[in-house]
Amino acid sequence: MHNEEISKVVEINGLKKSFDENHVLRGVDLDLYKSENLVVLGKSGSGKSVLIKLMVGLLKQDEGTIKILGKDTSNLTLKELNKLRLKIGFAFQASALYDSMTVRENLEFPLTRNIKNLTRKEINMKVEGLLDSVGLPKTINQMPAELSGGQKKRIGIARTLILEPEIMLYDEPTAGLDPTTCIDINNLINQVREEYNTASIVITHDLTCAKVTGDRMAVLIEGQFEAIGTFDEVFTNASDPKIKSFYDYNFIK
Amino acid sequence: MSEITARNKPVISKKIDKFFIGLANAFRFVKRFFQEVWFPPYEFKEILRQCYEIGYRSLPLISLTGFIVGIVFTNQSRPSLAEFGAASWLPALISIAIIRAMGPLVTALIAAGKVGSSIGAEIGSMKVTEQIDAMEVSAINPFKYLVITRTIATTLMIPVLVMYTDFVALIGSFINVNQNELVSLSTFFVQVFEAVSFLDVFSSLIKSLVFGFTIGIVGCYKGYNSSNGTEGVGKAANASVVMSMFLIFIEELLALQIVNAIRYA
Repeated sequence: MHNEEISKVVEINGLKKSFDENHVLRGVDLDLYKSENLVVLGKSGSGKSVLIKLMVGLLKQDEGTIKILGKDTSNLTLKELNKLRLKIGFAFQASALYDSMTVRENLEFPLTRNIKNLTRKEINMKVEGLLDSVGLPKTINQMPAELSGGQKKRIGIARTLILEPEIMLYDEPTAGLDPTTCIDINNLINQVREEYNTASIVITHDLTCAKVTGDRMAVLIEGQFEAIGTFDEVFTNASDPKIKSFYDYNFIK
Repeated sequence: MSEITARNKPVISKKIDKFFIGLANAFRFVKRFFQEVWFPPYEFKEILRQCYEIGYRSLPLISLTGFIVGIVFTNQSRPSLAEFGAASWLPALISIAIIRAMGPLVTALIAAGKVGSSIGAEIGSMKVTEQIDAMEVSAINPFKYLVITRTIATTLMIPVLVMYTDFVALIGSFINVNQNELVSLSTFFVQVFEAVSFLDVFSSLIKSLVFGFTIGIVGCYKGYNSSNGTEGVGKAANASVVMSMFLIFIEELLALQIVNAIRYA
């Protein structure tokens, strides 16, 4: 138990969030362990993205606690929250690359704003090294508008990795991509875990992505986790009709 | 800083509640600007870039408009003055009108259309594509990087553009006067500077600073609070222009009262 407590990097208890009359999260409990890839599955609008936005303080919970790396996010000042945010990488669904900046500037921006006294050589080495590792070294001087959807996702992930986070949050990493690019992104998620030893939460409704990237699955239905476990535990011989229909829809479609 | 939102049950009526909530949020936005502008990090590079975008890129439109305003205003004023045999007063009349009111007002209205809409659309688009969220999760203060830089740039550049518009409009006016009354450039400008007082120039500059601040902060506020996807971006751009223009006229009216009170005190 003691070791388990130590290796927990995220601990969520009784999390509730509503938007007016729409109760999106109705008491969510979730743990994320070191070096683990946890996939959160659920239909569109089930509150998956809200969950990770609450984790990084983009939204505020109505009730419940979120502990990240041992710190309760609801008690933090903005300065403390920002310090914690540096240890969390957030890959947005639409990549959220800064339109007015080149790929190089997109990667440099969080680095130079948060780590002072870096030399030009060090910055270049970091940026070029990361672009190499996501397989896009030639895009360095391109603008985001010139990139494909898959390239944008990769650059978005590279930008989050530049601060060497301990936890990665992926919001629908394969949404809107063709099957081949989906495979590339799934492999990249696994590669990030191996190279950077990150714990990750992958938000998706794509079961193939979940199966390839996830150690554990958590299925979010109507604001609560209906099942948490390995892919086989959750989906093979699933008795809950909601989970069964989710599985059938993904593999029969 | 979280936004004030409407209660489920309205206090007065939904529309009136929405108006006052909007007013409170706008006030908090301006307050936040004055709270944060003094403290580092100072984004000098971004401020310079914005000054270039706002100032230099507006020059062609401002030049054309200022020049035409000078010619048209001179041409339209001539018959009335000529009726009293006072056509020689044209440079004095034009200079007072341009420096006191026309220059700042025309420049501010054009900038509200060009710069205000562009700021509203740019920040609005960054908001709906989660670029502002991306800054926040990277521990970067988007308010400092986006709002403060743009508002400082408009506040600094609008007075410069106003001086430039005044000059171009006077040149336009001179060409018209020169063609009709055969007045030389030096005579024209001697008359111009004799008619204009320090208070005219100073109040025009102060007014321009306020106009610039208004254009910047309104564009940023509307963009920063846009929602509903691409439709929201369009609405933010449109609302930036409408609100800026409305406020500029109100400020012009207030400035007129204040300057007159000082002038005749």
